[in-house]
Amino acid sequence: MSKLKAFKDASCESIVSEYLSRIEAKKELNTFLQVYQEEALERARSLDKKNEAGDKVGKLAGMVVAVKDVIALQLNPLTCGSKILENFNSVYNATVVDLLLKEDAIIIGKTNCDEFAMGSSNENSAFGKVLNPNDLTCVPGGSSGGSAAAVAADLCDTALGTDTGGSIRQPAAFCGVFGIKPTYGRVSRYGLVAFASSFDTIGPFARSAEDCAKVLEVISGFDFNDSTSISRPVPKFSETVKLGVKELKIGIPKEFFQTGLDTEINNSIVEQIKKLENEGCEIIDISLPHTQYSIAAYYILTTAEASANLARFDGTRYGYRNPDSKKLDDMYTRSRSNGFGDEVKRRIMLGTYVLSAGYYDAYYLKGQKVRRLIQNDYIEAFNKVDCIITPTTPTTAFKLGEKISDPLAMYLSDIYTTSANLAGIPGINIPIGFDSKNLPIGMQVLANYFNEEILFRVSYFLEKSK
Amino acid sequence: MKVSLEEVRHIAKLAKLKLKEDEERKFRNELSQILEYMDKLNELDTVNIEPLSHPVPVENVFREDELKPSIPREEALKNAPDTNGEFFKVPKVI
Repeated sequence: MSKLKAFKDASCESIVSEYLSRIEAKKELNTFLQVYQEEALERARSLDKKNEAGDKVGKLAGMVVAVKDVIALQLNPLTCGSKILENFNSVYNATVVDLLLKEDAIIIGKTNCDEFAMGSSNENSAFGKVLNPNDLTCVPGGSSGGSAAAVAADLCDTALGTDTGGSIRQPAAFCGVFGIKPTYGRVSRYGLVAFASSFDTIGPFARSAEDCAKVLEVISGFDFNDSTSISRPVPKFSETVKLGVKELKIGIPKEFFQTGLDTEINNSIVEQIKKLENEGCEIIDISLPHTQYSIAAYYILTTAEASANLARFDGTRYGYRNPDSKKLDDMYTRSRSNGFGDEVKRRIMLGTYVLSAGYYDAYYLKGQKVRRLIQNDYIEAFNKVDCIITPTTPTTAFKLGEKISDPLAMYLSDIYTTSANLAGIPGINIPIGFDSKNLPIGMQVLANYFNEEILFRVSYFLEKSK
Repeated sequence: MKVSLEEVRHIAKLAKLKLKEDEERKFRNELSQILEYMDKLNELDTVNIEPLSHPVPVENVFREDELKPSIPREEALKNAPDTNGEFFKVPKVI
């Protein structure tokens, strides 16, 4: 499937039909919350016609894309993996959706995810857990587990996910695909249901560095509807991806290769570093001294932002309303208590606590100051190097149920990914092989603000040198 | 433990959540454990560090105060649990 090129090897319609039957056959993975069978086929047929007539088609013509169900697609459900939004339909398209459609992509469905993108295993969805296509007893990672698993299982060409603390890179690593978190502000968040507004980013998953680059190129850019999106030119990632890696300076931060990192992951990354060195890259040992504080700062700040963002779900204007409440305040409380799942409640509680009178300075303000220290570490590092190589995760995919009853252990599985969101820099997961259990190993590459280009170049080189 | 049951109830009230008794106990344990982990940040001296609230520099974005069409009322009310056709309807306030 993945090798077929639309218009050249097969018609769009036959490619979409093939994907639809694969989705049906792989139902047990629970990757999709909605499949747009008729709409996707219809769109494919009209693209085929457009192509036959010799009309110009868009940059993503025939590309079959799945969208994480925290992103709005007009007139279709937008559940965020939550019971509270079970019956909600989007009133408008997210900007990323408009941009995909404008370039003739075909949206095949919406993917499962942790409720409101909160989780590292995709076990927090109100609509059931997603299974890892590489091993059905393992988690696919989270929170964009459905998107990662759909791409890994060859149920679509690419998928959009969101990354607030690793929710693209970690599931990409666990499932064995490429997944990029762009620089904060590179991609508009308009139409994305907010989790932690100063951390949230949207990015693509793909089976090749080239497809990943193509999609990011299309969805990037300033958007009038998102005042935090950044107005600066979008490079042609789809072209620069092949520029090679010669003379790149690559930093290896010692803090990411200490106790707790699986030996097989470590060895596999060392091999990749050798390949890059042989190609003419300069490998430089660096230090990011505040790395060990990133999880604590991350969970203080993101839960605080989440507790404010999720205040809007009160049963008044949309979403679930408890039908038995006789008074307004009771309605708010009962709707929220019945509508939200366990992890979402836990984070709202934590966020409310760190923002509450008496604790604001000790936690929230302290977290913001540590965020500055972590950003400074990266600014200093990028004075010396072009990119930084780290593991994406400390272990390969863990078992279903293994961490679900221990929230802190689950939070610590994000140990290598959260610092990029605290700083706002881009990062990518590159699938670099398999461990002895036959589970995918992921390597993370981080770059300076707006230097996604370098991430794609390293990805492409390693993909081709396999 | 770092957090008392009274604090859990107070926080739940602020967050407009009603917790069952077993949930109160569970969240007390979990929040205490997580907050103890967060105390790790106290190892760092941050007296002269400027807090960072947004990862990339942004400025206020202004626009002209012009009238523009927005979504029609029927659209805006479509997802509402209860309406009178013109407004969102809620249980009585007092």
